[in-house]
Amino acid sequence: MAKKKFVVGCFDDEAVLFPAVKKVRAAGYKIHDVYTPFAVHGLDHAMGLRETSLHTAGFIYGITGTSTALGGISWILVKDWPLNFGGKPNFSLPAWIPVTFELTVLFAAVGMVLTFCYLCQLAPFVRKHHFHPRATDDLFVMAIECTDKTNVDDLQAFLSSNGAIETNVQVAETGWWLGTYDMEEKNLEHSNTVVA
Amino acid sequence: MHLKYESQLREPLVMGEKDFHQVTEDIVRPIEAKPSKLWYIGFFIAVALLLFGIYSIYRDVTYGIGQWNLNKTIGWGWDITNFVWWVGIGHAGTLISAILLLFRQGWRTGVNRAAEAMTIFAVMCAGQFPIWHMGRVWMAFFVLPYPNTRGPLWVNFNSPLLWDVFAISTYFTVSLLFWYSGLIPDLATVRDRAFTSLRKKLYGIASFGWTGSTKHWQRHESLSLVLAGLSTPLVLSVHTIVSFDFATSVVPGWHTTIFPPYFVAGAIFSGFAMVQSLMVITRKVFGMEDYITLGHIEAMNKIIVLTGSIVGIAYLTELFMGWYSQNKYEGYTFWYSRANLFSPYGWSYWGMMACNVLSPQIFWFRKMRRNIFVTFFMSIIVNIGMWFERFVIIVTSLYRDYLPSSWSVYYSPTIWEIGFYLGTFGLFFTCFFLFAKYFPVIAVAEIKYVLKTTGEGFKNKMSKIEDQKLDEFIHDNAHAH
Repeated sequence: MAKKKFVVGCFDDEAVLFPAVKKVRAAGYKIHDVYTPFAVHGLDHAMGLRETSLHTAGFIYGITGTSTALGGISWILVKDWPLNFGGKPNFSLPAWIPVTFELTVLFAAVGMVLTFCYLCQLAPFVRKHHFHPRATDDLFVMAIECTDKTNVDDLQAFLSSNGAIETNVQVAETGWWLGTYDMEEKNLEHSNTVVA
Repeated sequence: MHLKYESQLREPLVMGEKDFHQVTEDIVRPIEAKPSKLWYIGFFIAVALLLFGIYSIYRDVTYGIGQWNLNKTIGWGWDITNFVWWVGIGHAGTLISAILLLFRQGWRTGVNRAAEAMTIFAVMCAGQFPIWHMGRVWMAFFVLPYPNTRGPLWVNFNSPLLWDVFAISTYFTVSLLFWYSGLIPDLATVRDRAFTSLRKKLYGIASFGWTGSTKHWQRHESLSLVLAGLSTPLVLSVHTIVSFDFATSVVPGWHTTIFPPYFVAGAIFSGFAMVQSLMVITRKVFGMEDYITLGHIEAMNKIIVLTGSIVGIAYLTELFMGWYSQNKYEGYTFWYSRANLFSPYGWSYWGMMACNVLSPQIFWFRKMRRNIFVTFFMSIIVNIGMWFERFVIIVTSLYRDYLPSSWSVYYSPTIWEIGFYLGTFGLFFTCFFLFAKYFPVIAVAEIKYVLKTTGEGFKNKMSKIEDQKLDEFIHDNAHAH
């Protein structure tokens, strides 16, 4: 994937971050992402992200599990090899509920976790660009994508005036690549860091 | 302006004046420091027990389970007792992380990560017993339905023992996924402060390249919520199905409709006791008293007295039904084989009663609920009691068969049965020691999320608002919207 240029603003309080996000968006800048150390509720709405459909995917996986169990067990016990268990009917639905339930949960959970990892591009040996190492500790890091017209200095000043404690410009890869975190930071280019 | 406010009447969940960075420091520091002498001693004891267990299992496989003292009457003894005991312990983690999440219990954040880890290790231990009980363990895959050249002959989907296979394996998988998906952001925190390249590499691999992106957090929240929703009925179903192993049989003492809720309550009871044992030690050893507070311990003790009393009601209901049904065999099992102190196994029934029903009643007193020593002592007592419960259910229902010629009171475990059980303790504690050394024992990101509402420092600032007059408060805050 292509490298892009970003202006990065770091905030240390989510109460400052929210108004800043609103102002940056109102000023017409495109927020690439905000990296936070924990789930900040309402930030996705403030950034204008749409709701995730992960739960819908989970529902579909669950139904797949239900039908796999019911379909599989009925075929096995009624059609493929009917056995006489004490003269009971071959199609004995109540006795199949536990396995059906377990497979519903299993399919939904495994499917959702895999989908989550796929959507967020998470896997072992996946390496991504990190705008600030403290984004997983105590900083809320806003990355704004630059266009040809963006005045980098103005934007940095704008972020500082809205409460950013630190701003800088980075050219970064937006996707992921294979690698581990002990390798050199090849894709990181810092310039004119301003600490307010 | 987001006004986060929680009443001053509620105890803070994080003690001390802390900011986000301090939380990271406090929780991650034990992982980065060299383990203490105590850790090494504990770890080596655990490994020694594990090795003894492995040797016992090696003998089981070599000589067959004939080296256990089971006989034709008592066909299930320590092995299945231990299985049910460990599965029961494995219920607290998912209860804390799933059910308490749905019920919006803030205090779960302090203990959920370690409790989930404990759940996974307990289920791993539980799984050993049915697997090695098979005898010819190399045929273990026969329990799975797969197309084969023997007909194909399929497994019996109407059998509770097969339901168990599905229940336990699903429970293990889902608990593992729930635990690990919650752990990813915290491992990223550890990665980003790693000071050696090896640590950076390993935690980098383990944290899957987590960045903390808002979109990822949004999906993560959705995932946790749905997994919690799925795990809630799952955790209830697992011990229900374990109880079906007994309840769907026609053995007096097992053939009981009360079993599913009774087993689930017992599972939560013993699981919380195990969480208490581990938390009391963990908070002390790692200096986590600010995060696992007396408030957390009190909350868990309340659950222990509740579930202990539910289990007590179940015991009394069984006794009542043993008489009320006017079924001779039921009455004999409950009133002679169990409740009669002077019958061969009467001691186990009354041991169970004393440990599970009477002694937890001490937790009606707030002073006792908040006493660390009493809590630790009681947590051990409860788990002894819950082991007796399973022993009572299994052995006292079996040892007097319908025909007096099949009676047997000569069941006592051999050293290899005991060794197997000790081995699972070794497995459990080896895993737990490694977990405590290499993983954050408290959910870092979740603590940060609740910090500003329930942290002591932030609460103290909020107390000014509580003292404010209503019209002043409106004047100060209304314009913000």
